[in-house]
Parts: sequence; structure tokens; C-alpha cells
Amino acid sequence: MSYKADFRIWRGDVDGGELRDFKVEVNEGEVVLDIIHRLQATQAPDLAVRWNCKAGKCGSCSAEINGRPRLLCMTRMSTFAPEEVVTVTPMRTFPVIRDLVTDVSFNYAKARQVPSFTPPADLKPGEYRMQQVDVERSQEFRKCIECFLCQNTCHVIRDFEDNKAAFSGPRFLMRIAELDMHPLDVADRQKAAQEEHGLGLCNITKCCTDVCPENIHITDNALIPMKERVADRKYDPLVWLGNKIRRRGSGD
Amino acid sequence: MSEVERHSYDVVVIGAGGAGLRAAIEARTRGLRTAVVCKSLFGKAHTVMAEGGIAASMGNVNSQDSWKVHFRDTMRGGKFLNHWRMAELHAKEAPDRVWELESWGALFDRTADGRISQRNFGGHEYPRLAHVGDRTGLELIRTLQQQIVALQQQDEREFGDPEARLKVFQECTITRLLTVPDAGSDTGNRITGAFGYWRESGRFTVFDAPAVVLATGGIGKGFKVTSNSWEYTGDGQALALLAGAPLINMEFVQFHPTGMVWPPSVKGILVTESVRGDGGVLLNSEGKRFMFDYIPDVFKEKYAKSEAEGDRWYTDQENNKRPPELLPRDEVARAINSEVKAGRGSPHGGVFLTVVGRMAGGTEEIRRKLPSMYHQFKELADVDITAEAMEVGPTCHYVMGGIAVDPDTAATPGVLGLYAAGEVAGGMHGSNRLGGNSLSDLLVFGRRAGEHAARYAEALGEERREAAPEQIDAAAAEALAPFATESAENPYTVHQELQQTMNDLVGIIRREGEMAEALTRLEELKARAAKAGVEGHRQYNPGWHLALDLRNMLLVCECVARSALERQESRGGHTRDDFPAMSPQWRRVVLACSIADPDAEHLSVTLTRSEAVPMRADLLELFERDELKKYLTDAELPGEDG
Ligand SMILES: Cc1cc2nc3c(=O)[nH]c(=O)nc-3n(C[C@H](O)[C@H](O)[C@H](O)COP(=O)(O)OP(=O)(O)OC[C@H]3O[C@@H](n4cnc5c(N)ncnc54)[C@H](O)[C@@H]3O)c2cc1C
Ligand code: SF4
Ligand code: SF4
Ligand code: FES
Repeated sequence: MSYKADFRIWRGDVDGGELRDFKVEVNEGEVVLDIIHRLQATQAPDLAVRWNCKAGKCGSCSAEINGRPRLLCMTRMSTFAPEEVVTVTPMRTFPVIRDLVTDVSFNYAKARQVPSFTPPADLKPGEYRMQQVDVERSQEFRKCIECFLCQNTCHVIRDFEDNKAAFSGPRFLMRIAELDMHPLDVADRQKAAQEEHGLGLCNITKCCTDVCPENIHITDNALIPMKERVADRKYDPLVWLGNKIRRRGSGD
Repeated sequence: MSEVERHSYDVVVIGAGGAGLRAAIEARTRGLRTAVVCKSLFGKAHTVMAEGGIAASMGNVNSQDSWKVHFRDTMRGGKFLNHWRMAELHAKEAPDRVWELESWGALFDRTADGRISQRNFGGHEYPRLAHVGDRTGLELIRTLQQQIVALQQQDEREFGDPEARLKVFQECTITRLLTVPDAGSDTGNRITGAFGYWRESGRFTVFDAPAVVLATGGIGKGFKVTSNSWEYTGDGQALALLAGAPLINMEFVQFHPTGMVWPPSVKGILVTESVRGDGGVLLNSEGKRFMFDYIPDVFKEKYAKSEAEGDRWYTDQENNKRPPELLPRDEVARAINSEVKAGRGSPHGGVFLTVVGRMAGGTEEIRRKLPSMYHQFKELADVDITAEAMEVGPTCHYVMGGIAVDPDTAATPGVLGLYAAGEVAGGMHGSNRLGGNSLSDLLVFGRRAGEHAARYAEALGEERREAAPEQIDAAAAEALAPFATESAENPYTVHQELQQTMNDLVGIIRREGEMAEALTRLEELKARAAKAGVEGHRQYNPGWHLALDLRNMLLVCECVARSALERQESRGGHTRDDFPAMSPQWRRVVLACSIADPDAEHLSVTLTRSEAVPMRADLLELFERDELKKYLTDAELPGEDG
């Protein structure tokens, strides 16, 4: 069952780098992260990679495999043909620190700009009553493991560095939607989403949804409804378009 | 002295899991300047992996539950070796800690009347685990993380600086605590801060602080088959030892009965206990529900005698006893081990665990109740758990032992200003932890550690001691050693051999000869680890990081092996083939590990014995005398009529 695979891995730092070729053993059932670990143990002890859980739960091991944003620990080697070259590069939207490790501080800065959960002032711990159906929508968004693959993929910032200041990205627009849909949150979220977090820049391409390892319906369940709520106050042509697309999609 | 970056705080919390974050929130809420230091990114700590839930006797599903019942279950689960005061505080305070999470934005699954839903788990008499599907740890960590952000937003409004009183230093690894001899006593030390390196740049940094809370988690990476993450290299335990704070109960290591066994690269990854709590059953290769053959005498009264009764229990707990699949983890893990040894295992050396046909709502319900298990097996093993059985076997999961602490304040006895909470601390769980009792432990004792660290720092006022420059230089030299060694050993190879040694010789079933052999091998590995060398430079260099982690793993593994060799009985997470019985005499013995000379070139661990503190009379009264007889010596038993 074992074979030798061809890997090309980006090695370098802020000052630049290059793809390096490796030949490395692959065994049954392994994932790409296993192969990276084997390279560290046998050929490249200082190859930098982030990982913690190796079970798809912590969102540390994000990178791009053959150009597609993925978790290294959840990408099985069996998805590639044995003769296929597997190319692993760091997430492109964030500055490189070293090899496969990027500086994701952009995301922590954005997280801090979203006002936190605001419960009714007179509600005491232990007195919260909510129905399962009412928490389910926000629960979906709370499955997020903060791998930042959606942030990495969204073209609004992937190709336009300048947009970073005005756009929080799908992860944090979704966080605003999560709070907006929380049955007991009393803050006004909609205006800020549009004016401070760049909801208007999203043109609902759904690329973020496509790469989410938790299969969260970021665009359909968070971004579009958020745009709809905003549009109740202000006309937004994209919502109109989004509704069309959605209706067609579900009718297929 | 070399120039290093310095940061000055009132309280420094090392670790950003449930315990560390809760401690930091507490210290900051009390107005102290607090730093959180963690070796991974913020929000990635091992707590994120917890699945099944958090135990608290809120009584939302069965109103008969109370702290007393929870306390009893915890003591039974730990086979009465628990520090009863910790178990008491834990049972009493857990509900408030869970409700508080809700006020910080957590969204637990609900009951029909809108309260927090609670599920069954091994060893818990009533449905007690608050949960969010099977990703409870993620909810816990994200809620605490977001509460930290909330506090930072407050400081932004008040001081114009979000980090005025609470700052997270991520991807920064602490390698030494800094101490000075304490003037008050001749043996003890006093904390002055901590020394570490930034993973990104490899540069050193010093935190000056009178109070440090250790919340660094467990030791599982010392074993080959484990459910634990990269972070679990026993750093906090080793830091405490080196600073002069002893570890207790290190022989007690929990092997979770159900880890994945196939394919090899995922061997050890956890299969949550909720699978059994929600109806899943264990079968051997003959299709038999073998757990009915493994109910030990101490639990005979509490478990179902037939499959039919066990099955009825899921819907009617008043009139039926629970199925033996829900025995405490140590019992289930040993049973699986025996079945496999007897040749009745599954093709890849485990047993079968199945939920097929076990839930009224069929496939739909399985996917709703166990979404991440469904996902995990589908993605990693090509197994559809709604249609096929899983193959599972024991995996190293949790360490009950840890840093000795005062139950009320979480202060370590050996070092003034040093506190410990969470998995890194010992005592709470005795010889075996019940599922769900860790997440609640993190919050209860994290909060207490934060409170008492803050009080201590506050009381000290300006009377702080400076870190000794020689200590900082020594720490820097130690951290740089791997770059200087000739005839270098590969740190990855040394690590693999350590894991193999612990797995084979100090694993789930232990024998004297094997443990002695393990200690010999650990000595050899120590010598080799001292020569571990690294290639490249200091920026984000995983080979270097591992070389430094080896010191910690080797020290804690030595503690496990030495204590395990000493304890001549079987209890909870310590099973001796040569001493299969549980002994009331041994129950009173606490084994403590310390390092005689932390500055020695060659570090080694010494063992001392002390006596467990007898349980308070009003707590003893919560148990029947007949039950106590199984655990306590005659002298310890309360009077006939009391
Ligand atoms: C797969 C799995 C499932 C589990 N499910 C449950 C469950 O359902 N219910 C339950 O109660 N328990 C469960 N547990 C156990 C529970 O998750 C852990 O015991 C608990 O999360 C430990 O939390 P902690 O706060 O002590 O430390 P952790 O969450 O492990 O955090 C440790 C922190 O310390 C930092 N750190 C470590 N060393 C250093 C260093 N040298 N310098 C700086 N920082 C450092 C790390 O970066 C991290 O931030 C589970 C465990 C596993 C493995
Ligand atoms: S849907 Fe919006 S947020 Fe998602 S990738 Fe497209 S533009 Fe970005
Ligand atoms: S929404 Fe999905 S892709 Fe985006 S950070 Fe969260 S888990 Fe990752
Ligand atoms: S290592 Fe945790 S998600 Fe991959």
C-alpha cells in the first residue's frame, strides 16, 4: 500500500522563497499533514507548519494544496493519484512568517472590532430561556473553527490588499450575523455590518462557503439574510440578485 | 546579562485553554493587569477538542440531581482517592460556572422548556452534561475568548487601549519559571516571573510578575497512541517541578476506552463517550455485548443485569439501571483490552462500537446528535456510522495526576505566588476522571486560581522581587543548547522512542519488570535528548521546539513510571497485573514527585509518600457505610450508628 509521492512545498520567509521538491513515503489512510510530519522527521527538521489537533477541530493547519485552500489534517492522500505531484503553499492572503506558517493577526484585529454579546441588562445568569429552534441558526455559525480559510479565499481581500481596512471578511460578517440572530442579543448590529465591516463589498460569490471545512452555509445563511435585514432599511441590488440565485438553486 | 524583551504584569497566566482563560478573566475583572501566554494561537488550545459536554448538577433534565449526587459520583469515579475538598467545591460551583457562560454568549443545546439540555455520561447518575452537539469544548473556548475580547473592548472605551489590563501573548512558549528563595522559609521559593521564546522570531522574552498561574494542560504526547494534541508535552508539570513545586498522583493516567484504531495515521483520535451516552453499544467479534461480563463488584448494584433493562434505561431511568457500557472509563478500557487479548477483537485490534439501529430517529438522529463523529469517520476512515460499526480501542487521554495545589486557593505548596488549575493540577479526579468533569474543573478552579493569584499580587503591593539576572542567563543558555551540540541526535527520533517506551511499558496494564525497564530506557533517552541538535535558525523552527519539549516530556514520563512502579495496587487509571486488587491501605498514600536539584546537569525525580487528608464527617455521611467499606480502612470508617 505504500508508495513514494512527489511533493512540492513552498519554503521561505518574508524575504521570499521557492517551491522545493521532495520524494516521500505515503502509507494507507494518511493525510497531507502526516506527510509533512514525515518530512520533518526525516528530511527537513525545520520545516515550519502550524497544527494542534490533527482531527479537524482546531483550525490551525490551514494552507493551500494544489492551489485549493484546505486543512492539511483533513486532506487524505487518497484524493490524489500516486503519480500526481502534490503542491503545498501557505495561505496567500496573509503575510508569510515562514514556510507554511502565515501571520493571521488581521483576523484577531477584526474580531476585536465586533461589539460583544449584549444580553438584556436585567437578565441574570441561570434565567436564560431559549428554544432549540431559535438557537440553531446561530449555533451553525458557532461551529466555526477559525481556520480563516474563508478569509483567505474571499476575493475582496485576496487580491486587494487595500480593502483589508474596510472589510472584516466572511468569518466576522458571519459573527455579526450570529449575534444578530441570537435570541437574547439586544444590540443593533445591522447598521455597523454595512457601514463599519464592509458587508456591502460582499457580492455573494459563495467562494467562502465552498472552502469552509465545517460546511457552514456562510453566504446563504449568514451573509444574504444579513444583507436582507440591512436592505429593509436601504435598497441593496445584490440582495435582490441573491434571492434570485437562491431561488433558482433550490428549484433545481 | 543578555538583553531580553521584558513585560511587567500583576498576574501572568500560562495557558489559554478553559482553565487559563477563566483565570485571566477573573484576575482582570478584579482590576489587575493580566497577561495570558500560550504556545499556540489564541483559541486553539486543547480545550477546543472536548466533545461530550460539561458536567454540572443543574437538574434541568432530572430534577433529583444536586451537588451531593455529583460529588458522590465524582468520588466513586475516582475510587475515593480524590481530594474530597476539590470534589466538593467542584460539584457545588459547576452550575454557576455554566450559567455564567450563557451570559457571555454561549449557546448550549436546549430542553423543551428552554433551559440548558443535559446528557447522560459514564459514571454520572443523572443526565448532567451540558453540551452543544459533540463540540462542547469549541463552544467553551470561543465563549471565553469572546469574553476576553469583551473585556478588552471595555478597556478600549475606558483607557483608549484594549490591552491596558489584559493582553494575550500568543505563540510564545515558556521554558522556565523564575524564582528567588523565599525569605520567610528556608526551603520554599517565591515567583518573580517566567522566561520564554517567541515561536515566530525565536527571540527570548521575560515576564516579570509576582503571581503566575499554570494552566498548560496534560502530558499525552509522551505516549504513542493518544487523543491529545501537539501541545500536550507536560510543560506546566515540568515547569512546576523545576521551580520546586511537587506533582502528585502521577501514576494515574486515563486511557479513554474509545479511540479510533484504523487507519494507522488516525489511531488514537477520540470517539466521544456521548456515542455510548446516546445509546451506542460495544460488541466483540462474536457480536456479543461483552460489557455485561465486566461489571466489578463495587458497581454491581448500580448497573443493569440484562440488555433489555439497559435499553429501557435510556427512556425510563427511575425504574431501570444503566447499561454497563456507561461504567467509568477505566473499567471499559480494561474490558476492551481483555476482549482483544482473548482474541475476540475487531480486524484492526479494537472492538466494535455501533449506533446503527440504536436511536429512535434513525440515521437522521445519529447525524444530528453526533455530527462531528459522523464527519470524522466519513472523512478519515471512510466509515458511515449511520450504517456501519466503528472500530475502537483505548487511547491515552488524560492525566489525573498533576501539580499539588491547595483545594480552595489553587496555590502550590512549594512556591509562593505559583498557582495551578485545569488538567495540569492534581487531586480533583483521584484515580480516574469522569467524562465532563474536566470542563467544569477548568472553570471552577480556573476562576479560583485567578482570584487567589489576584489577591496575592494585590496584597504584595510594591513589595515585589526582581528576577535574578543569572537565572535569565541560564534559561537562555539552556534554550540555545540544541544549536550548539555536536554529534547531534534527531529530536524526532528520540520523541518516537519515548512514545513507544511509554506505550509498551507503562501503558494500560502495568508490570513491575516492564516499568523498571522503562526507567532504564528513560535514562538513556535523557542522555540522548541532552544531545538533541537542530538545523537551521531560530525562526519558527519546529525541530528546535521539539528539542526543548523533550526535557519536559522525559521528566513527566519519569514521574509516571516511578509512581506507577511504587504503587502496589490497582485503582482507576493505574492497573497492575501483579497487584490486581484495590487496597484501602494504599488509598491513604499520596505519592509526590519532586526534583532534588533543579540546576543539576542531569535532572532526576525523587518520590516521597504522604498521607491523604481524611474526609470531613458530613461528607462521609453522604455514603452508605457498606459502600465506604469497599474503599476505606476499618480505622477510617465512621462509627456504626454515625
Ligand atoms: C479529544 C478530547 C475530548 C475531550 N472531551 C471532553 C469532554 O467532553 N468533557 C470534558 O470535561 N473533558 C473533555 N476532555 C478533556 C479536556 O478537554 C481537557 O482536560 C481540558 O480541555 C484541559 O484544559 P486546560 O485548560 O487544562 O488546558 P488546555 O486547553 O490544554 O490548554 C493548555 C494551554 O497551555 C498552553 N501551553 C502549554 N504549554 C505551554 C508553554 N510551555 N508555554 C506557554 N503556553 C503553554 C497551550 O498553548 C494552551 O493554550 C477531552 C479531551 C480530549 C483530548
Ligand atoms: S460570498 Fe461574499 S464573503 Fe464570501 S467569498 Fe464571496 S464576496 Fe467574499
Ligand atoms: S467559517 Fe468556515 S472557513 Fe471560515 S473560519 Fe470558520 S470554519 Fe473556517
Ligand atoms: S490540526 Fe487542528 S484542524 Fe488541522
